[in-house]
Amino acid sequence: MTAALSSLKKPKTREEAILSRSNARWLNRLAQGLFALFALFVLYILIKGFIASPAVFLQQVLNGLQLGFIYALIALGYTMVYGIVRLINFAHGDVFMVGAFTSLYTISILDLHRWPLRIWPGIPETLGTLIGVVTVILVSMVTSGFLAVTIERFAYRPLRSRPRIAALITAIGVSFFLEYFGALPFVFTNNYITYPRSFDIVVYRAGTISNLALGGMWGLFGAALLAQAVLIALSRKGNLTAQAWKDHPLVRFGLLFGGFMAAVLTLTNLHVEMNGKLWDLTASNIMLVIMGSSIVLQVVLHYIVRQTRLGKAMRAAAYDKPASRLMGINVDSVITATFALGGGLAGAAGVLYATAFKQVYYLMGIIPGLKAFVAAVIGGIGSIPGAFLGALIMGQAEVLSAGYISTPMRDAVSFSLLILVLLVWPQGIFGEPPGEKV
Amino acid sequence: MAILKVFKRIRKPNLYFTLVALAIYIIVQVLLSAGLLNDFWRGILFWGAAITMVSLGLNLIYGFNGQFSLGQYGFYAIGAYAAADITYRWVNSDASGVVVGFLGSLLVLLFFMGIGAFLKRFYGLLPLTKFMAYLVATFAGYFIAVKFLAPALGPTLMQLLGGPYPGAVGRQIVFLMALLGGATIAGITSYLFGIPVLELGSDYFGIATLGFTIIVKVLLDNTDTLLPFPEMKGARGMVGIPAWTTWTWVFITLMAVIVIMRNLLHSSYGRAIVSVREDERAATLVGIDVASAKIMAFVLGSVFAGLAGGIRAHDVAFLHPNTFNFIQSFNPLIIVVFGGLGSMTGTIFTGFLWIFVLEGLLRLILPPGFETWRFVVYPLMLLLMMLLRPEGLFGSYEVPFLRRLLPPIPARKSSLEGQSEEVA
Repeated sequence: MTAALSSLKKPKTREEAILSRSNARWLNRLAQGLFALFALFVLYILIKGFIASPAVFLQQVLNGLQLGFIYALIALGYTMVYGIVRLINFAHGDVFMVGAFTSLYTISILDLHRWPLRIWPGIPETLGTLIGVVTVILVSMVTSGFLAVTIERFAYRPLRSRPRIAALITAIGVSFFLEYFGALPFVFTNNYITYPRSFDIVVYRAGTISNLALGGMWGLFGAALLAQAVLIALSRKGNLTAQAWKDHPLVRFGLLFGGFMAAVLTLTNLHVEMNGKLWDLTASNIMLVIMGSSIVLQVVLHYIVRQTRLGKAMRAAAYDKPASRLMGINVDSVITATFALGGGLAGAAGVLYATAFKQVYYLMGIIPGLKAFVAAVIGGIGSIPGAFLGALIMGQAEVLSAGYISTPMRDAVSFSLLILVLLVWPQGIFGEPPGEKV
Repeated sequence: MAILKVFKRIRKPNLYFTLVALAIYIIVQVLLSAGLLNDFWRGILFWGAAITMVSLGLNLIYGFNGQFSLGQYGFYAIGAYAAADITYRWVNSDASGVVVGFLGSLLVLLFFMGIGAFLKRFYGLLPLTKFMAYLVATFAGYFIAVKFLAPALGPTLMQLLGGPYPGAVGRQIVFLMALLGGATIAGITSYLFGIPVLELGSDYFGIATLGFTIIVKVLLDNTDTLLPFPEMKGARGMVGIPAWTTWTWVFITLMAVIVIMRNLLHSSYGRAIVSVREDERAATLVGIDVASAKIMAFVLGSVFAGLAGGIRAHDVAFLHPNTFNFIQSFNPLIIVVFGGLGSMTGTIFTGFLWIFVLEGLLRLILPPGFETWRFVVYPLMLLLMMLLRPEGLFGSYEVPFLRRLLPPIPARKSSLEGQSEEVA
């Protein structure tokens, strides 16, 4: 403080002014304190909301989880593409939109979601629907992946040697083209279209969930946790087999799938009475399908990136393109594969989003696309677990700000979150520290 | 003879530019007075001027300083709404808009200067600290303006400007204050926003500014419920703005923007701004304050956008948040890219051409169904442009008035020259 006060005396010359500057530590502390106060205020609002009605709060959290898992799928595409070609692929949100529209047509015109039931009438209803839904998602994934590859081939590849900004402007152009081409009356039309779900919605409440499912999920989670712990312990001792199995996709799948499903089902199954009213938390089968498929796709992606030759090539290309070219990696085909994977995930996300919100629209891709990008930035761009975590944070931020801060401001809150995170944590959660290659 | 001597000392391009500009002003004024230019084409002309100012601002930020910004329409919206609110309150005999919007903004600028001088005495400041300090100053300034200045000065100002003089004079002064107020508010916002965000790399900066545009749009949608401005009427659109924009005002503001930007770019500050675009690290090494060059370009570009907003608001006399949708905010970007990054001539030409062709000519010629095709054709044009002529229509060409005068490069010593050729 004294140093700061002494600095208030008027310096005479420029040199003296520069030499007599004092450390801004206490000023920085003050600003950080103010900032923390603001964060505490937001926390206070949320806690107040939780105490006022825990059930409503938890229901919001569940809804946010559903949204977050959809954002996660889109964010993965962003983060992979950015990791390799350093391009904000603005058209990614529109690939997502095309995925949703593809599923609209495969469901309403081709009736694809019922093909197992039509071919084998004797098949159990649930199994038939499941296969149908998976088919619909796969068809959308393939279409979107193909679209993404086409965009890459014809719009981005010719510009690869140009300044990065040319590709960015091209990406904006492609995004516009997809949107407004879709708005033409003979393509998707410029109206909101009601989306026919490929399966009927089933709502789970307390008491309607079988103990078998609940126990199974906890069992899966527990087994995966145990396996992970044992494998880590063994690999610490130098067991090479354990080391190889430590990151195995099955373990990962068990942890994520079992953990999230068990948590959601247990929350829904809670039978708590408060002030004479039942909690009445609900979860729908849509939510479970979204979480399940999102986790499966993510684990598959993680497997591809971490444990296949293609994934190795992708990581190498992301690290240093010229060097990986020298090592005999075909960087162009690796980039194509990245776009295909990202586009496929966005297509799946489109189907899930349309199923959840029962509406498709030619501009539907913009806001989810941007939010997913924000999620990727928050998690640390280029990092797959980061994109996942960031997307979950974004989902919660959107839903909680809609519930407790201000409904119309939820988009504004999401983007303010981006600015705040970049302000205090510029690399994101899992981002690498900035090291410029010279 | 003395007059001739003065004429000889004026640079020829400057003279020609002034004469051409005056000629354009007089011709358009005559056409307007004679009624040869109907309301539709007058609107197109004014709109073109506004878009050109916004795009010039963006060219300063992106074309000359290399900061990829998508937030230009956010500042355009802020300027438009602020200026419109000032004059709206004035015509409803409430001078608080002028006091808060203009004098309050000046007070905030004064506070900013004080804080800037205070912060100069420290080293190791975090961007967060700077941001917080300026934010507090902004709130304090506007709080003082709303609580103390408005009740104290409002009635006096109303009497002074609204009373004894012929209404037109007071009205023009209020309009000027509204335009400057709107531009200053846009500038203050961009300064606050720029402190933390300009530290980021260019991609992050682009996304953050896009987020800014979305935030502004959401706030404008809820001006009557979330913000204390019931007269803006939220998503229903603001009506009752006086239509005070005349050709003279449009001409003066456009010329001011062009001349200010040209003179800035020809000064040492302008060279610092351009050097940051070329290579930030090299600029730092030769002693350029990169952060301040960036923020100067960003704030000035936003001020231009705010000024254009005021002009546009008082031309159409109706504001709707959808006009400032972030999809629209790609328009100035496309104009700047088409005209050529770092070419003022290109931006001015393309800005007018854009509005003239797309909003004027094609609307008259083509059948109504064309509307839906417009946005299919734009991006294709943009893609072709990027593939075939990425430097834009004009590249880095400038008309002589805007072209930078450089002293002739002295011939280098021959031995070094041969060496450098080989290395290259």
